[in-house]
Amino acid sequence: MADKVRFVIERQDGPNEKPYEQEFDVDYRPGLNVVAALMEIQKNPMTVDGKKVAPVTWECNCLEKVCGACMMVINGRARQACCALVDELSKPIHLAPARTFPVIRDLLIDRSVMFESLKKIQGWVELDGSWEVKDAPIQNPYTAATAYEISHCMTCGCCLEACPNVGPQSDFIGPAPTVQAYLFNLHPLGKFDAPKRLNALMEKGGITSCGNSQNCVEVCPKSIKLTTYLAQLNRDVNKQALRNIFNF
Amino acid sequence: MAKDMSKKKIAIVGGGISGLLATIKVCELGGEVDLFSYCPVKRSHSLCAQGGINACMDTKGEHDSIYEHFDDTVYGGDFLADQIAVKGMVEAAPKLIKMFDRMGVPFTRTAEGVLDLRNFGGQKHKRTCFAGSTTGQQILYALDEQVRRWEVKGAVHKYEFWEFIKIIKNKEGICRGLIAQSMNTMEIRAFLADTVILATGGPGQVFGRCTASTICNGSAVSAVYQQGAEIANPEFIQIHPTAIPGSDKNRLMSEACRGEGGRVWVYKDGKPWYFLEEMYPAYGNLVPRDVASRAIYKVCVHMGLGINGENRVYLDLSHIDSGYLERKLGGILEMYSEFVGQDPRKVPMEIFPSVHYSMGGIWVDRVHNTNIPGLMASGECDYQYHGANRLGANSLLSAAYSGTVSGPEAMKWAKTGNKGSDLTAEEIENARREVQNEYDKILTMNGSENAHKLHHEMGDLMYKYVAIERDNNGLDACLVELKKLLKRWDDIGITDHSTVANQEAMFVRQLRNMILYAMAITKGARMRDESRGAHAKIVLENGKRKMDENGDLVFMGRDDEKFMRITIVNYDQKTEEPIVTYRDFDHSLIKPRLRSYK
Ligand SMILES: Cc1cc2nc3c(=O)[nH]c(=O)nc-3n(C[C@H](O)[C@H](O)[C@H](O)COP(=O)(O)OP(=O)(O)OC[C@H]3O[C@@H](n4cnc5c(N)ncnc54)[C@H](O)[C@@H]3O)c2cc1C
Repeated sequence: MADKVRFVIERQDGPNEKPYEQEFDVDYRPGLNVVAALMEIQKNPMTVDGKKVAPVTWECNCLEKVCGACMMVINGRARQACCALVDELSKPIHLAPARTFPVIRDLLIDRSVMFESLKKIQGWVELDGSWEVKDAPIQNPYTAATAYEISHCMTCGCCLEACPNVGPQSDFIGPAPTVQAYLFNLHPLGKFDAPKRLNALMEKGGITSCGNSQNCVEVCPKSIKLTTYLAQLNRDVNKQALRNIFNF
Repeated sequence: MAKDMSKKKIAIVGGGISGLLATIKVCELGGEVDLFSYCPVKRSHSLCAQGGINACMDTKGEHDSIYEHFDDTVYGGDFLADQIAVKGMVEAAPKLIKMFDRMGVPFTRTAEGVLDLRNFGGQKHKRTCFAGSTTGQQILYALDEQVRRWEVKGAVHKYEFWEFIKIIKNKEGICRGLIAQSMNTMEIRAFLADTVILATGGPGQVFGRCTASTICNGSAVSAVYQQGAEIANPEFIQIHPTAIPGSDKNRLMSEACRGEGGRVWVYKDGKPWYFLEEMYPAYGNLVPRDVASRAIYKVCVHMGLGINGENRVYLDLSHIDSGYLERKLGGILEMYSEFVGQDPRKVPMEIFPSVHYSMGGIWVDRVHNTNIPGLMASGECDYQYHGANRLGANSLLSAAYSGTVSGPEAMKWAKTGNKGSDLTAEEIENARREVQNEYDKILTMNGSENAHKLHHEMGDLMYKYVAIERDNNGLDACLVELKKLLKRWDDIGITDHSTVANQEAMFVRQLRNMILYAMAITKGARMRDESRGAHAKIVLENGKRKMDENGDLVFMGRDDEKFMRITIVNYDQKTEEPIVTYRDFDHSLIKPRLRSYK
């Protein structure tokens, strides 16, 4: 018989229901990851006690660690499930939803708050329109490389789950949306609206709510230097505050 | 506040690159958009695109020209693409790139700060703009940001985690809205619209394992096909030569690996054999995808030279400077390390071809109207631009370009189209009720089949008969098997009866659509007795696959006289079977010539 891998999964039938645990065994194979294991459970949703149950609900799309959908808490750590290789995890493997966000069902969570935050920081370039205007500006390749790094953020929410300042006790919008402000402030056209973004970060839930715990940078699956950019933004916000006072 | 009734309402299904660009265009023209997607649009499949997007920017001193982009695309597509449509696309390409640049797409730049370009398959010039190895992600994000801006202004209403089920037609057969279901609350609702645009992407999941996302299931296309929309050229399925085989998904290793100097080889007589370079000296490792895939298949399956006898060959970057690799390919190399556990900077990667892209899709005219008035389609779900085979980095372009066409056209139809009678409240409720009843019925299914297992079986079937090498025996057998699957679908039993986020019930509904789509692909392939682009058919002799004197399979040739026509597939409401006919198209600009990369 093939080796089995045991999964202990924290389930919840609906937004207002009580969580409970169920255990499943999945046939081991080399290269198996957590999403692939959940797919196996779909094919035969039976607990280790032989009980037929509803398959586990979760979110995934790309399975390549670029879409950010399959973030969940695996053995206590927020991460993408698609690249969580069973070989590298201690067993049994514990799966739980990221409870910083409202749970919809099982491992499925509602992360709309992150997208709302992107509205607050005005995370876009104020384009006149999608029509042609002469040439796009030349850009410093080094600045573009930094922008490229930050632009990998897939709004997965790992950093919010790991941040001690995100939660009911604080309004902090979290590292990911905050750092996006820096991205647009780097762009040759996005720069024009930097003061607006910096002012937005002075408001409730903005950068002053960051407690500098440094957890975010540890968990970012894209290795974005979140703390570096948070620190830079903090300086920029302070400068902006002075500018606001002295009107320069 | 009273609602402005003069505002035109466009429903756009799909928030990939095509749907988002269409959204922006509609908003700029003063329209309002209801935007539907399986996922937050920022997580749409477009972000999987790694390698880049083609446009004649000519920043590398190679004297590239728009004409050559045009010719490469038509030739690469084995002369099955509408040439007027392609011409429009390649001419618009440089403008689109500049727009993306202004939006903030962090394209990789030269030391001078201008856009860098790379090589891609099937083109002799550097023509591919790229943002490291995450070009699709970067473009999708820039569009997502612009759409969010319109959302803040109130012009866009997002319905994320809503599944499109079908369109609503009025008495005259004109599309006037759609039915969708919330994937979380399971509410089924009707939405009225002046125009509906489908931008739902490709059907990769019909093959089970592919390089696409799990949400690329072709279900929406199949749904409108069953409502009378024509599908065109579905048999042209691109098999990408270089993917990491996996049980959950085949992960793509971008063509950029070959573009940046990667070499494909296996051991032969104890020595590395760079078979693409030997077989195709002019293009070498940069032959187009169909050619490379068939060569790899031949080397593994027919010659038995795969690594350790398995269906794998090497894709080798280990001879290239690691700093250079990091700059140009960092993201995907990291992916390989992460999913395989080996460092491709040091050891050659192991890869095999995988289903990747659909050239075919919903039939559209040059401005993206389907044959159902009021219903449009753009992006990978339509059949335009790529003919029988798509060149790498041309589909981000076609997704983007088609969105810039479908958006304004949707507004034009909304303003001046003959939309016929308005839907009555009763008609709307009837359409909704029908979908509700179908869904409720699924919840009561208590047979013995598991939908996910059936899906897996369908994928195996499609790979076996309708992938790299096809023959009419296999295609006939496949159609028989697919019909059996359709029957077995009735015997599905579901274990999930929840009223919250019931993914199983939704999947059961999608699966039926996928089976019907699979039948259209297979029938299209069965009827096309030639080889063209991605469709390669083996000659049968006395009922057996014909071999030449060297023991190589004999493929049918291209037959311009009979088959330089678009396959049109209609759904037979009674038998549920696909009906295939052919249609002429415009190929007046470039005279067909033999496609060869020798
Ligand atoms: C791994 C990979 C790499 C690639 N690399 C490149 C590359 O380098 N260059 C290139 O040019 N092309 C590349 N391609 C191809 C290219 O990415 C796609 O063809 C293109 O992005 C398709 O865009 P789209 O807007 O048509 O659809 P998608 O981006 O697939 O978006 C589809 C949208 O429709 C929604 N949707 C679908 N069905 C429904 C439904 N029933 N109800 C509600 N919403 C629905 C989805 O949620 C999604 O928002 C690659 C493809 C893959 C798989």
